[in-house]
Amino acid sequence: MAISRDEVRHVARLARLSLTDEELERFGDQLGAILEAVSKVAELDLDDVPPTAHPLDLVNVWAEDEPRPCLPVEEALANAPERDGDFFRVPPA
Amino acid sequence: MIDTLRLTAEEAAGLVERGEASGAELHAAYAAAIDERDGELHAYLRTTEADGRNGVPVAFKDLICTRGIETTAASRILEGYIPPFDATVATRCYEAGMPLLGKTNMDEFAMGSSTENSGYGPTHNPWDPERVPGGSSGGSAAAVAAGLAPWALGSDTGGSIKQPASLCGVVGLRPTYGTVSRYGIVAFASSLDQVGPITKTVRDCALLYGTIAGRDPCDTTTVELPEPVALPEGTDLNGLRVGVPRQLNEAEGIEPGVAASVQAAIATLEELGASVDTCELPRSVEFGLPCYYLIAPSEASTNLARYDGVRYGLRVEGGDVREMYERTRHDGFGDEPKRRIMLGTYALSAGYYDAYYGQAQKVRTLIKQEHDALFERFDVLVSPTSPTVAFKLGERTENPLAMYVADLLTIPSNMAGLPGISIPCGLAEGLPVGFQLIAPQFGENTLFRAGHALEQALAFDYVPERLR
Repeated sequence: MAISRDEVRHVARLARLSLTDEELERFGDQLGAILEAVSKVAELDLDDVPPTAHPLDLVNVWAEDEPRPCLPVEEALANAPERDGDFFRVPPA
Repeated sequence: MIDTLRLTAEEAAGLVERGEASGAELHAAYAAAIDERDGELHAYLRTTEADGRNGVPVAFKDLICTRGIETTAASRILEGYIPPFDATVATRCYEAGMPLLGKTNMDEFAMGSSTENSGYGPTHNPWDPERVPGGSSGGSAAAVAAGLAPWALGSDTGGSIKQPASLCGVVGLRPTYGTVSRYGIVAFASSLDQVGPITKTVRDCALLYGTIAGRDPCDTTTVELPEPVALPEGTDLNGLRVGVPRQLNEAEGIEPGVAASVQAAIATLEELGASVDTCELPRSVEFGLPCYYLIAPSEASTNLARYDGVRYGLRVEGGDVREMYERTRHDGFGDEPKRRIMLGTYALSAGYYDAYYGQAQKVRTLIKQEHDALFERFDVLVSPTSPTVAFKLGERTENPLAMYVADLLTIPSNMAGLPGISIPCGLAEGLPVGFQLIAPQFGENTLFRAGHALEQALAFDYVPERLR
């Protein structure tokens, strides 16, 4: 199954990845080959089969609602590429 | 003189208990071995100083967060990231007295089967440095095989503990999904990721698993173990029912030397008293790989959305916030994360979701059902861990699909959340062959019992021939 260059560009944009022209070509070919291989799952008729999202049968894990100390602001901001007071700073949207 | 190549973690613990060596002396012995051999192997991304704990030292795969110690998951996008907290598995090792030796190399974000996808250069196999150690936990496996750590933690999504353990001639356990906390683990595919031990012996494996396993309030996917970890003692396997799934043992691409070594190990199981019969896993093997390469990238595409240049890690400046995101992610991620992010984004996007991700989740149900049915007749299923012995560096890097088939035999049971162990069963062309044993959920003690008895009978020498 081939994936068009426009589709690769679209997917990269959705994923917030910029691509060079060379990368667009290379990833486009590789993604086409991978999609062809994984499309094999379509061969099975699974209309009556329920999906598995998670291998354990866990339902609703409860915990007491007790306040605990959280990460201090200084530690939470320590790895920030740029900060402004107690905030993460980003370029204009 | 401590022989780090030969010393098991259990023996090291004995030295400490009897006062014959301190944790600091053990740490120094491994640090010296790292100085001597890691220039060639590059199993470690960084080493750490002795920290005063008086137990058996340990190494962590670099996706395990360590407070105050850089943690990158071998990605350039996390270069310089200093976690403000410890992963629960790190805390449990520290509380058991283990000094940290360092953080081991891996495929970036655990995406790969050779450790060549590291953003910081590949690790080399201690048995033959021209070959890969497997992956993604290749640094941990190589460190244990080369006597650069008595034991180590890795993580396994599609085979990332079992496969490198196989290629490096050591023991690796992928635990039952939900038995080991992922709090503080850099996430790849959350319905599959598990942390587990890589060790020289099955008993070491049981000891380290016992240290890290059990419910963690910080990870709601964890559960209490239904029974305590039993350190294996016995050498017979009377009453053990062993299933040999034909599709896992006769798959295309299994090298003749691997098949021969695994056949011999199966014969040994019978000599030890186990009953052996063939069985079938038709759809699990045929559809396991495609199913995995839809589910894992889909989950990865959402997990890796957090690397945006805002809170930690790399930022590449741009005119506006969107341009900053796109440049940061372009420069920070290597090719394999980019491929998987795009593949997952595509599989989850409007119009394709049902055909890809939804369908793969249904295939996953079939895989689980096929395994469940076999465990009504068998206690363990066995096969080669990897179709091949360690391959040469560069051999598969140009073709992602050629790399993906390295996990053909480990993926099916992983999709079902089952525990699996790889133990070395012999050599083919002078390189280690791994034997995979799979048990029902929470069947780790069965794996330890069978693995230990087989290990004693086979008497595989885990010290790489060139280092003896």
